[in-house]
Amino acid sequence: MNIGVIRFPGSNCDLDVVSALSATKCLAPKLVWHESPDIENFDAVVLPGGFSFGDYLRAGAIAARSPSIARIKRLAERGTPVLGICNGFQILVEAGLLPGSLLRNSGLKFVCRWVTVKVENTHTPLTRSLKMGQLLRLPIAHNEGRLFLPDEELASLRKQRRVVLRYVDDSGKLSASGNPNGSRESIAGICNEDGNVVGMMPHPERAADPIISPDGSTDGMAIFRSLATLSL
Amino acid sequence: MTESAQLAVLGLTAEEVEYARRFLRREPTEVEWAIMDAEWSEHCSYKSSKRLLRSLPTTGKNVLVGPGYDAGVIDIGGGFVASMHIESHNHPSAVDPYGGSATGIGGVLRDILSIGTRPIALVDVLRFGNITESAHSQWLFRNVVRGIADYGNCVGVPTVAGEVEFDESFERNCLVDVACLGVGRKKDLILAEAKESGDIIVIAGGSTGRDGIRGATFASRNLAKNADSERSSVQVPDPFMKKLLLDSILEALETGEIKGMKDLGGGGLSSALSEIASKGGTGIEIELRLLSLREPDITPAEMMISESQERMLLVLDEVKCKRTLKILRKYEVPYATIGKVTDDGLLTVKNGGEVVASLPAGFLAEAPLVDRREGTLPAKCGVAVEAHAPRDLSRTLLDMLSSINIGSRRWIYEQYDHEVGIRTVLKPGRADSAVLRLPNGKFMSVKADGNSRATGLDPYNGAAGCVAEACRNVVAVGAEPIAVIDHLQFGDPGDPAVYRDFAEAVRGIGDYCRGIGLPIVGGKVSFYNQDELTIKPIKPSPVALVAGLIESREHITGQNLKSDEDEILLIGKTRLELGGSEYYDRIRWGGPGKVPVADPETDRRTNLAILGLIKGGLARSVHDCSKGGLGVAIAEICIPARIGARIELKNAPREAMNAASLLFAETHGRFVVSVRPEAAKDARKLLDRAKVPNAWVGTTGGPTLVMSLGGKRLVRLDVEEIAKAWESGIPHALGEAA
Repeated sequence: MNIGVIRFPGSNCDLDVVSALSATKCLAPKLVWHESPDIENFDAVVLPGGFSFGDYLRAGAIAARSPSIARIKRLAERGTPVLGICNGFQILVEAGLLPGSLLRNSGLKFVCRWVTVKVENTHTPLTRSLKMGQLLRLPIAHNEGRLFLPDEELASLRKQRRVVLRYVDDSGKLSASGNPNGSRESIAGICNEDGNVVGMMPHPERAADPIISPDGSTDGMAIFRSLATLSL
Repeated sequence: MTESAQLAVLGLTAEEVEYARRFLRREPTEVEWAIMDAEWSEHCSYKSSKRLLRSLPTTGKNVLVGPGYDAGVIDIGGGFVASMHIESHNHPSAVDPYGGSATGIGGVLRDILSIGTRPIALVDVLRFGNITESAHSQWLFRNVVRGIADYGNCVGVPTVAGEVEFDESFERNCLVDVACLGVGRKKDLILAEAKESGDIIVIAGGSTGRDGIRGATFASRNLAKNADSERSSVQVPDPFMKKLLLDSILEALETGEIKGMKDLGGGGLSSALSEIASKGGTGIEIELRLLSLREPDITPAEMMISESQERMLLVLDEVKCKRTLKILRKYEVPYATIGKVTDDGLLTVKNGGEVVASLPAGFLAEAPLVDRREGTLPAKCGVAVEAHAPRDLSRTLLDMLSSINIGSRRWIYEQYDHEVGIRTVLKPGRADSAVLRLPNGKFMSVKADGNSRATGLDPYNGAAGCVAEACRNVVAVGAEPIAVIDHLQFGDPGDPAVYRDFAEAVRGIGDYCRGIGLPIVGGKVSFYNQDELTIKPIKPSPVALVAGLIESREHITGQNLKSDEDEILLIGKTRLELGGSEYYDRIRWGGPGKVPVADPETDRRTNLAILGLIKGGLARSVHDCSKGGLGVAIAEICIPARIGARIELKNAPREAMNAASLLFAETHGRFVVSVRPEAAKDARKLLDRAKVPNAWVGTTGGPTLVMSLGGKRLVRLDVEEIAKAWESGIPHALGEAA
């Protein structure tokens, strides 16, 4: 499966994502400059983390209005898997491919820490080989990760089962202490109506190799492996 | 001299003005005065420190580039090199903590890049006033950390380690040091030299503006009373442009077209041009009209000394430069060819065809050295006197753990993206130093340390102790120390007492490094750090950063206890050394004390023995004893996994002293190691054979930490309570929940 990892000016997790994907069987990742027309030829694309266009104006706002986003929208409409990680999630939200807004963390500080998230949807191409309710250990690193949606939109998101990941505490329970950024209903990741566009704040690429996980977690790999099962 | 020319020479001394006129046999132009003012500032020229710095050991079998270039470079094997450099942005941060700290990172990243290596990690060393009491220091602290976070996070280089101390002497002159590590291929190394005449000089990145005008001069004198009015001496950070510059230059390096490279930092164009010409034995001619400017009415003198950020100077072949320029265009990085390399040895600056400056590059690069008077040392700089032990040592220990100088640094490091790059194996808070994986299959450990209180009392031993502590922290994770960079921060060198402290510190660091066999591959000196109101200098603050190599993944060792029923060994002899200690500060002991003396010979043997334990698979965890002594070290290893311990110190190797001194002395060369019960015997045998004093002091397990001396209980605390105190320090001082 050919995966395009899109590099915007200011992306900084692009090489990390390529490196994690390369370690997954059946996945052939390629770094692709955001202006490249090749974007539409991939079987799946990843928008990596970082500070695209310096995150000037708002996180992800300028990238979401760059010409390249039209290609990503066409891919999304065709049902191609699109994953946005951290800044990539912010771009997808700013581009209107995913609902809501990602606001400044409730603690008003950048937060870099390992968290536990619970899988709430196994019908997306990125979670299909995971189990409902499975707990994953993944790191987050962001300043604007507090997902906000008005009550009605939140209710319909819930009803359509479009919440993919939620932050939980170490015992697996939803709680204020387990929610690192004040996201509504502890949401860490969501998908579009068709499920092929997924955005998440945690960084799976940073939990793909046990040597760099504080507790040896390779849960990030489980997410990428889901993608690999599509090509079987 | 015109009025503006007089302005420009403000930073030059009467002797320097005289020397320039005599050497050139004419009256220099306004632009020339400005160039000399920047290049001969203390910041760029090291004119007060050079003589002493020459005494430092700087060579070693793996040293490829030593002091004098943008970064030190070490051969790490397999065709790869590691580079390292440290910079401070003290004065800018004191007036504009957010912009000052951010641009400090920008500068050190360019240093690593300009030698042809990729920046892979940042380390920050910070000093502030007492944030428990001072709102001003809180403001500085919050914004310096935010500035480092916003800049470092955006450029995608993880901040993996650091050190912070709080002390009244930094109330109005905080210290913000940032070090950067890089890796690259040996064959791609580039020096800041322009060797071939005819090559072109390209400036890539940001445009040139009035920000940071005379920044080097600003750094080379005392902060004025109305320091707030000096914000225009602080550069404007643009991490996004820096990120584009980084990515484009790293991509351009692969073309092999870049022949020389230098960052535009302190002293701006003046300094960069004169240094690459003088190192390359050539001259350079530029035309200022070709420079991309941020504001239209900037004068030629200002263009030459502007320290606008995010600019790099490239030396390229006139013909073979197409691919590099194409890459710059792809990233939309602005660039301009402003001149060429000549063979006349002159730095020639033209403005619209008219020559506005023409000075020998070597004359500029070699500022006249300044003779500084060294005051005599006070007769007694440390007597071993002991304070009476407090009655409730449990309380004293809790109090020390909650001190802002000892407690958890989580408030700081969680604001830094310490994972980007997926190299960070041991992250902040997990071990004595950070560990990064390298492209050659090895691992690098890095830690920076300083001890301003100890150095304030005894500059020689305090400074040597910084290197000793950083070495221990690197050894504790299983790494063999390979190189040191230092940063020496003092008050006004014209004050003989300050200069004596400086000279003593240089000797202390030099003697220790020679003794333990470590090369100093780079460093920085920052003078004129004093409180603008009290006119008192800061406590002398040398900082040492040590990098170490770990050959195998199996040797990477953390600091915390792993499981119940392990044995705890104490390694090294405790001496009655409490001068400058956290304990004496907390109990407000006003009497004297002996500053810990680091003996390189003993430390070398001890460090080797620790590495022997680790490589032999005998040590499960290793933690060094430093600030807060043995008591704090043992409490700290209990916290991460919430594992308690029963400790009996009767066999601890030591000089005669009371129980409190034994718990809190800050003697160098000591470690606390946990081993599996079946490995204890072999571990002790290894230590005995290496003639390293050691003792079994306890067993792990249970929810409490109990410490006794000869059966008499000294401390009994729940580990939960210990953790709570330790995590409370900084958040509480800032009025936040832990």
